[in-house]
Amino acid sequence: MKPTDIGAPDYFHKVVDCQWACPAHTPVPEYIRLIAQGRYSDAYMVNWQSNVFPGILGRTCDRPCEPACRRGRVEDEPAAASNAASSVSSASKEPVAICRLKRVAADYKDDITSRLPKPPAKKNGKRIALIGAGPASLAVARDLAPNGYHVTVFDEVAKAGGMIRTQIPRFRLPEEVIDEEVGYILGLGIEFRHQRIESLKAILEMKGDDAYDAIFVGTGAPRGRDLDVPGRKEASKHIHLGIDWLSSVSFGHVTKIAKRVIVLGGGNTAMDCCRTSRRLGGDDVKVIVRSGFEEMKASPWEKEDAIHEGIPILNFLVPKAFLHANGKLTGMSFDKVKAEYDAKGRRNLVPTGEPEQVFECDEVLIAVGQENSFPWIERDCGIEFDKWAMPKVDEKTMQSSVPKVFFGGDAAFGPKNIIWAVAHGHEAAISIDKFCNGEDVANRPPPMVNMMSQKMGIHEWSYDNQISTDNRFKVPWRDTQITLKNIKIEVEMGFDPLTGFKEAQRCLNCDVQTVFTRDLCIECDACVDICPMDSITFAANGEEKELRGRLTAPADNLTQDIYVSPELKTMRVMVKDEDVCLHCGLCAERCPTGAWDMQKSLIQMTYAGPSCRDKHSPVKKAA
Amino acid sequence: MTYLLKPKLHHPTLPANRLGYTRRDYEGKISTLCAGCGHDSISAAIIQACWELAIEPHKVAKLSGIGCSSKTPDYFLGNSHGFNTVHGRMPSVLTGANLANRELLYLGVSGDGDSASIGFGQFAHSIRRGVNMVYVVENNGVYGLTKGQFSATADKGSKSKRGVLNSEESIDMVMVALQLGATFVARSFSGDKAQLVPLIRAAIEHKGSAFLDVISPCVAFNNHEGSTRSYDYVREHNEAVNRIDFIKTRDAITTDYAPGTVQDVPQHDGSVLRLRKVDAGYDASNRVTAMNYLQQRAQQGEIVTGLLYVNADSEDLHHHLNTVDIPLNQLNSKDLCPGLAVLEKVNAAMR
Ligand SMILES: Cc1cc2nc3c(=O)[nH]c(=O)nc-3n(C[C@H](O)[C@H](O)[C@H](O)COP(=O)(O)OP(=O)(O)OC[C@H]3O[C@@H](n4cnc5c(N)ncnc54)[C@H](O)[C@@H]3O)c2cc1C
Ligand SMILES: Cc1ncc(C[n+]2csc(CCOP(=O)(O)OP(=O)(O)O)c2C)c(N)n1
Ligand code: SF4
Ligand code: SF4
Ligand code: SF4
Ligand SMILES: [Mg+2]
Repeated sequence: MKPTDIGAPDYFHKVVDCQWACPAHTPVPEYIRLIAQGRYSDAYMVNWQSNVFPGILGRTCDRPCEPACRRGRVEDEPAAASNAASSVSSASKEPVAICRLKRVAADYKDDITSRLPKPPAKKNGKRIALIGAGPASLAVARDLAPNGYHVTVFDEVAKAGGMIRTQIPRFRLPEEVIDEEVGYILGLGIEFRHQRIESLKAILEMKGDDAYDAIFVGTGAPRGRDLDVPGRKEASKHIHLGIDWLSSVSFGHVTKIAKRVIVLGGGNTAMDCCRTSRRLGGDDVKVIVRSGFEEMKASPWEKEDAIHEGIPILNFLVPKAFLHANGKLTGMSFDKVKAEYDAKGRRNLVPTGEPEQVFECDEVLIAVGQENSFPWIERDCGIEFDKWAMPKVDEKTMQSSVPKVFFGGDAAFGPKNIIWAVAHGHEAAISIDKFCNGEDVANRPPPMVNMMSQKMGIHEWSYDNQISTDNRFKVPWRDTQITLKNIKIEVEMGFDPLTGFKEAQRCLNCDVQTVFTRDLCIECDACVDICPMDSITFAANGEEKELRGRLTAPADNLTQDIYVSPELKTMRVMVKDEDVCLHCGLCAERCPTGAWDMQKSLIQMTYAGPSCRDKHSPVKKAA
Repeated sequence: MTYLLKPKLHHPTLPANRLGYTRRDYEGKISTLCAGCGHDSISAAIIQACWELAIEPHKVAKLSGIGCSSKTPDYFLGNSHGFNTVHGRMPSVLTGANLANRELLYLGVSGDGDSASIGFGQFAHSIRRGVNMVYVVENNGVYGLTKGQFSATADKGSKSKRGVLNSEESIDMVMVALQLGATFVARSFSGDKAQLVPLIRAAIEHKGSAFLDVISPCVAFNNHEGSTRSYDYVREHNEAVNRIDFIKTRDAITTDYAPGTVQDVPQHDGSVLRLRKVDAGYDASNRVTAMNYLQQRAQQGEIVTGLLYVNADSEDLHHHLNTVDIPLNQLNSKDLCPGLAVLEKVNAAMR
């Protein structure tokens, strides 16, 4: 193999699994260390810079970082008893609670308003229209306003926030948290207009002072998919589309539901529907899904939450008909199916042939999917749509077929989640900034990478390199006796500061990189001997595939790179498998010559503004 | 030296041996030696060899003298018996322990100072008596623990860190061991585990006195230019005569080797020790030619490594003394005082 180019901006970024997996590339270990030091406000600001909504996301994020987290690969299987004679640890293979630590930063921070950017004294004369006030648009606004843009956000709902405000139930996300974080953005000198946009053409055709230099569409995926089976029309009074029903609950238009409720669907909306029903009078609430329990779209922790509230989830049942009498819903019938896999491994749900199953109920909530709809975008205004009626949007630049119109969030590629909406917002803001400065939007700015040795003395590092053996801590729940009585009472209580500290200590500091200098190495094997994870090998070079197989421990995880040095004096190379490295620094402590060093790679995304432009000002230094 | 304990976490595929132990279970306390000390690599090689052989930790006794090298038994086999004796006295204490309980595996760990100076006599007699043991000398050419004075194994003409030339003749412990009748003699290098680990395994399996001279650079006091025990010097002058590919093999050997490149040495238990020759002319079963060869090469300034000599028909001290099979420490008063009738018989035989 060729020697690894550790100067490539992505090399060390990929090692920081959580940051790489986060759509907004939040510098996770950086903020986790700040939490461990009790520097909550600093931790909050690191988050605010990258993901804009730390308090909101700390309660609701889909957390793609956690399945990626290295900690989940280095702990032992729960039943380490398989190897009874062995004395080695028996932890649990669980990632760091990255998401809930974000909330710790938000909960315990001081007043950070003085740290927020100020509305600029001088505007740059460019006017940007953002349609929809969900997280995508708000992220664009946050990035552009401090740079002097005149930003106008339109929403048909009176308060900004999008589905964060209208769909996500209050027992998961209190209104104050939304008000606070949406408020930070609106406070940057943004114009919010409570207005439904009926025509894109009209905006595009505005002239003179009213004209917009760029338009961002962040209108989400507002339509709930319906279920067309017999009885749907007849019993329609007692059948509701989940997302519409949830927003009616949010607005206070709906305050109760019947005793017996069936929720159809297996996604997160279904979980919110059933849990909301439990709080509005539903005693007998069940979720019924077509698929198997394991394949449900809802996140495992949302299913866990629902089950904890006494809601059964019945699977492999395909809705057949709504049963009704005298215009009143009486129940639903289902066909039992089972999963069969064809030669290509595709799953088919095939009837088991058992008799249909009937469940009595008084109301049904349909949460079987969400769709985009753009009735206000004229098909002749230049925006091209594909065969699924989705606008054609560039995945990197977020630009549509009309150069000054950009899309993001659920409106761009269908329903996703908040953190993706934010990530799209950042990218769109960069594009808009470059577009308004006459630059090529396709030329994307690289992230800023700063390498900084953590060595302070012979055995002293400026990070805590002792590896905690604690298992993941669980966020405490408030008693269901209390939470099921009031829809506004938050279920999760968040970590207390001490538990937050202990959970933070589980983080391996994957951004503190092992950096190897060939010319200093004397090949004494000290690092190989001390490495607890058998990550280091000195061996003859070879092709990657073959080389991975003959390391101290096999490097079978192909998603993780191996780090190869130039040839050493003995004609061998140093090979380090990044996969399960604990970043404990023992290799560097044992190295007699300093050939290994632990260096923090602070990777910061570049945001809209002078630094994203082709001619930009110098980069920030790492702390 | 590291202050942190080595984390208990380990690679997800870390294998367990026949006893259910992983390699990590054979570790000891965290080493306090200098970072990069060759001795730590030897500890790692001992750990690896014991894990591979699935040795029961409670059936091992580690004995050592004084020195950085003699400290190392604390850093491996944390669940085995240990005795850190006084300077140079490891061989005598080991001999006594071995006499009392012949069932343990005896690992004697010593330094060149410990064995070639103050303990030279002790070393010589334990070897010549054929004590069943693995005697490892971690040879760095200096007294590491006392800040780097030349030891008796330092080469004549080599330079100390302060620039002083060694004017005295050096002792080659391998030659001495051969002359004293060691039945297994090997030399290796701490920086070459591929060679060292199989040698330790073979030494453990050998019955009789197995002597291993392991060149082990002292990074603090003997790793400079002009030293003949530095990583660079040893790598440049290392001449391996053979490599052990298979240690025990009762199975049919399937790999093909060119004729004359393999030497099979049958063992007591019927297995075969298989050596892959690097030097086709080297015969590891002939003590006299081995000694000649080593002398010639030493004159050329080469450090010969590998399994230098092995006697397939080795015997040990217990055999010479005709002791009973039961360890002496397990004999009870009934065994030891068989009664008047037996005494009469013995006395009669003396008359
Ligand atoms: C029940 C439910 C629960 C969810 N829970 C989570 C969760 O826990 N975590 C998570 O990450 N994601 C969750 N999501 C998904 C998440 O809410 C969305 O992915 C995210 O809000 C999308 O952001 P957005 O900015 O693209 O659009 P949205 O948040 O959908 O905002 C779009 C806004 O545009 C406005 N609008 C639309 N058309 C017009 C128009 N023509 N004129 C003016 N205004 C208009 C709408 O009123 C709305 O305010 C959930 C979704 C639902 C339905
Ligand atoms: C009776 C006695 N004499 C002298 C010493 C001082 N002393 C301690 S270690 C040592 C030499 C150790 O050299 P070596 O065995 O080569 O070990 P190394 O530290 O080099 O591994 C000496 C002379 C002592 N501890 N006891
Ligand atoms: S251990 Fe810490 S730095 Fe590493 S992936 Fe997990 S959260 Fe990120
Ligand atoms: S930091 Fe070094 S010693 Fe620690 S696990 Fe990673 S490679 Fe091994
Ligand atoms: S002084 Fe030399 S022998 Fe002793 S620990 Fe340090 S490097 Fe090793
Ligand atoms: Mg010594």
